[in-house]
Amino acid sequence: MKILLKGIEFDDNVSVAGYQSRGGYESFRKALSMSPDSVVDEVKKSGLRGRGGAGFPTGIKWSFFIPRKTEKPIYLIINADESEPGTFKDRLIMERNPHLLLEGILCGAWALQAQKTFIYIRGEYAYPYTVMKQAIKECYEKGLLGQNILGSGFSHDVIIHRGAGAYICGEETALMNSLEGKKGQPRLKPPFPAGYGLYGMPTNINNVETICNIPFIVQNGGDAYFKIGVEKSSGTKLISASGHIKKPGIYEVEMGYPLLDFINNECGGMLEGRKIKCIIPGGSSTPVMTGEELVGVNLDYESMRLAGSSLGCAGFMVLDDTADMVEVLLNLTKFYAHESCGQCTPCREGGHWIEKIVQRIADGQGRPEDIALIQSVCGQIAGHTICAFGDTMVMPYQSILKKFASEFEAKISLNPNSLVAKSKRLAVLQENQL
Amino acid sequence: MSINLSSEALVRVEELKNYYPSKKSAVMPLLQLVQEELGKISEEGILWVAEQVEMSPVHVRELVTFYSMYTTKERGQYHFQVCRTLSCAVMGEGSKKICQAIEKRCDVKEKAVSANGLWSFEQVECLGSCGTGPMCEINDTYFENLTTEKITEIINLIEQEKPDLKFSTKKDALGSGLKNYSPSAVYTKE
Ligand SMILES: Cc1cc2nc3c(=O)[nH]c(=O)nc-3n(C[C@H](O)[C@H](O)[C@H](O)COP(=O)(O)O)c2cc1C
Ligand code: SF4
Ligand code: FES
Repeated sequence: MKILLKGIEFDDNVSVAGYQSRGGYESFRKALSMSPDSVVDEVKKSGLRGRGGAGFPTGIKWSFFIPRKTEKPIYLIINADESEPGTFKDRLIMERNPHLLLEGILCGAWALQAQKTFIYIRGEYAYPYTVMKQAIKECYEKGLLGQNILGSGFSHDVIIHRGAGAYICGEETALMNSLEGKKGQPRLKPPFPAGYGLYGMPTNINNVETICNIPFIVQNGGDAYFKIGVEKSSGTKLISASGHIKKPGIYEVEMGYPLLDFINNECGGMLEGRKIKCIIPGGSSTPVMTGEELVGVNLDYESMRLAGSSLGCAGFMVLDDTADMVEVLLNLTKFYAHESCGQCTPCREGGHWIEKIVQRIADGQGRPEDIALIQSVCGQIAGHTICAFGDTMVMPYQSILKKFASEFEAKISLNPNSLVAKSKRLAVLQENQL
Repeated sequence: MSINLSSEALVRVEELKNYYPSKKSAVMPLLQLVQEELGKISEEGILWVAEQVEMSPVHVRELVTFYSMYTTKERGQYHFQVCRTLSCAVMGEGSKKICQAIEKRCDVKEKAVSANGLWSFEQVECLGSCGTGPMCEINDTYFENLTTEKITEIINLIEQEKPDLKFSTKKDALGSGLKNYSPSAVYTKE
């Protein structure tokens, strides 16, 4: 079942002619024949959920723009910042299927009656940017963008903006601040973007992959899309697979596909003679799952949540028995300490503090109370920050420490003087109820 | 405040200022343009950009320190950005070995510039190329599925060909790159 990767094997897919020769832009022509409200309806019926990581139902998000009583211009933002470690699916779409994204944008813009779309693409994606820029240029030339598109009276412009290196700009409100010429620091919510978004205008933000599902939904109807996948997670999902597997890469699977089948079939199984140790499934900001915990789990939002992790944006990292979990955690703590935007104390200070503690454990200077200390710091970050960066940062930390505690204890015991002052330090810890 | 930009760049500046609903949004591409033209973002560059978008210099300086792609220090003609995040760290020979190979072949330490001014190198966070790790970005071009041998060979080719690996904000285009090296390996016809 290919919805998102349909046609990427054809090199001419990046041209309007090539894309149209395989039915491209038919969905948009059909959307123009429908009322905007009925397009929103189909998206609601489809059960499509946001692919940017949070899984928010797209139809509901779009329904914030009905009833249509605002005179202000409505903006659509495409989040192409894609900086979640393990994730590289939006990049493939922009490089090999740029017109599917543009057709999705046009259908979405019609449904939302949006005036302008802003594609925010991470600065490092220079090549995908050039492919998208060329595709946009061609759409203007062929009358698919600009004034009075295809004689329909509907006008729409697409602006593409390069980021300059900041993971946090993937967060929707930070993205808007960055687009407005400010530091990419998240805003407090409310106000929500639908009411007060980019330049203070009503704004809808969707991930690249989310929008690329819209043409199929318009063409075949929401019910047809809903039948694909499983009840609470309809459609297909792009999985970015990396790590200790034979065939890393991007695969489009139907929601509900068994996870172990995915590893053994699409990913080609573990590297020769190696055993699976754990996966970090949703991009690094999701709880780790040990090999044993994968049995019976399916690739969809519900099943992953019930298994104690989350599908996220499906940046699927697989680690085998050679992985040193102390080094794995240290690697991640450096990422989050570097990428915190620094706006709120728990995340700004907590991230660096945890990195320092894990660093000393890795260097054989760990203390017996370090594991409890990190867990306590994690508890003081989650739920106490302006944006979800804080909450999601601690998810891999807490789960790795809990499920692989023995590896950390082994490293800590290497510290010769770790036992000498243990009682004293533990007392201090209890005193401050840490 | 004046910095000397090429006439071609000045044309692009006006385009960028009219590209967004608000001129302030052009501050990021203008900073990229100054970095491209001057090799780094100098104090004068910050003041000039602030003037162009009618922002106070302190707010422009904030951006220069916030975003990791801007630099206030000179870089080598070829600037290696090796991804150090998890997948690249654990796949193949691992990003550490790639860093060591670069340091050895180019005789350059991290965050420094080599004596001949050709090379500089830093480790960066995930570049969205995890399936083809370990990998690195040179200027604005990705080099993926690296081994210590392959990165050394790439460096030799770069030294000979002196290819254009940069993205030019002025031209709004990516350089032609290294001969018979595609700019991306995220899709392979298997
Ligand atoms: C720290 C952080 C980073 C995020 N990074 C991304 C990202 O790189 N790409 C993305 O599409 N969404 C990202 N999101 C989610 C966005 O905030 C937003 O929910 C999403 O793009 C909305 O689109 P969707 O409904 O189609 O998923 C991030 C959220 C947080 C808290
Ligand atoms: S949680 Fe972290 S990234 Fe989010 S606003 Fe606070 S400091 Fe910034
Ligand atoms: S981990 Fe290196 S590109 Fe993502």
